[in-house]
Amino acid sequence: MNKHFLGDTTVLTGRSLRHIARSPDTIITTAIMPIAFMLLFVYVFGGAIQTGSDKYVNYLLPGILLITIASGISYTAFRLFLDLQGGIFERFQSMPIARSSVLWAHVLTSLVANLISLVVVVLVALLMGFRSGAGVLGWLAVAGILVLFTLALTWIAVIPGLTAKSVDGASAFAYPLIFLPFISSAFVPTDTMPGPVRAFAEHQPVTSIVNAVRDLFTQQPVDSDIWTALAWCVGILVVAYLFANVSYRRKIS
Amino acid sequence: MQGLEKSFKQLKVLRGVDIDVARGSIFALLGSNGAGKTTVVKILSTLLKADTGTARVNGFDVVTQAADVRESISLTGQFAAVDEILSGRENLVLVARLRHLEDPGTIADDLLRRFSLTEAGSRRVATYSGGMRRRLDIAMSLIGSPPVVFLDEPTTGLDPEARLEVWQAVKELAQGGTTVLLTTQYLDEAEQLADRIAILHEGRIIVNGTLDELKQLLPPAEVEYVEKQPTLEDVFLTLVGARTDSARTDGEQR
Repeated sequence: MNKHFLGDTTVLTGRSLRHIARSPDTIITTAIMPIAFMLLFVYVFGGAIQTGSDKYVNYLLPGILLITIASGISYTAFRLFLDLQGGIFERFQSMPIARSSVLWAHVLTSLVANLISLVVVVLVALLMGFRSGAGVLGWLAVAGILVLFTLALTWIAVIPGLTAKSVDGASAFAYPLIFLPFISSAFVPTDTMPGPVRAFAEHQPVTSIVNAVRDLFTQQPVDSDIWTALAWCVGILVVAYLFANVSYRRKIS
Repeated sequence: MQGLEKSFKQLKVLRGVDIDVARGSIFALLGSNGAGKTTVVKILSTLLKADTGTARVNGFDVVTQAADVRESISLTGQFAAVDEILSGRENLVLVARLRHLEDPGTIADDLLRRFSLTEAGSRRVATYSGGMRRRLDIAMSLIGSPPVVFLDEPTTGLDPEARLEVWQAVKELAQGGTTVLLTTQYLDEAEQLADRIAILHEGRIIVNGTLDELKQLLPPAEVEYVEKQPTLEDVFLTLVGARTDSARTDGEQR
């Protein structure tokens, strides 16, 4: 049964990538909000924020990239939900295909779409004066962390995609994820925050991921942050993957 | 050889349903909304599991040999399960690829021709009319020539012309030896198409037989003389020239 997994996943991924190619607005709307935040914070609030780095946009970009991913994955839930609504999901399920390929196709599509959005956001940041001395290895490490984070959040998105009762429900789960970076070291250093907020900010996943990416961009030693970041990403990925598969199995049997 | 035999019980929705469908025949499952027709189809197409009872499709058990069942069937659900963003041809190619067939492009072109969709083939399905969507949907179900086809209310929401097109397609299917299980709430549809008809009511099959057998359940017909009036359907089809090719002369500009 699983002998067709790779082939079926490729065919179905091709299908949803075609959806994206025909409505590129999903990639643009994914990138618009993070870009708006970036403009707002760099040109409006940024002057008053003391971060200790030479340019605020350099400090800000890692957090903006995470917001980009968080807003991008809501489209995965949306697309999955539409497949379920439209009946094509049932058609696929009644065909002799590897059943898990239906989910994997959406996950891989999410990865591709998010990577494109991330490239758009980084290009805008470069226009706004973002500079990094990181070499090829540094950029690859950043890309690796972002890919892992995208996969983790995408598997979270699969759950509402499968279980939501309405389109709004399918995409609303993304809002808390989009706002999580605000209570982290993404926009301002955590030292100025009052005790409990600071404790939350320093122990939630975004801070370690942002710090690791920032250190890679500024060629600082990444110390323990990168391990905490990787542990968070892998941990979320595994848990979300398991829950998504439980929801999926419930849906198809 | 039997197409399928099944009997199962499910709380409320289905309370013990037994059906036998002969290979190569058209079997209509008739019932009002909520009678459980779709549930039966979903169980047979491995989308749902029955609480109790067993069902076999093309000789395979729907629970223990689900993969073999999926090889043997295709499902056309209540709502046209087509991808709106893809073109008609891309939809067909997609299904052919997922059925792991050689030369999906040729298969797609053949089906487009057979269902008079060649011209629309490269357009996005979102631009199709209800009847075209349904035809595409049925065409997608025929890819790989599965021996058993489930049609769940295939003409619900279609205009009379599109309905006739679907009927034609179903008849051709059965002539080709495919076993068709059709659910419908339209009595005339069952009458037109089916070799055997079963009526599903409140989760049970209350009758099962050929049209003639069902008619015998009622007292013999009395002869009455009634003035022959054209039905509204006759009028409608005549006025819109229902694919009769010839009647397109009399200034039917809208």
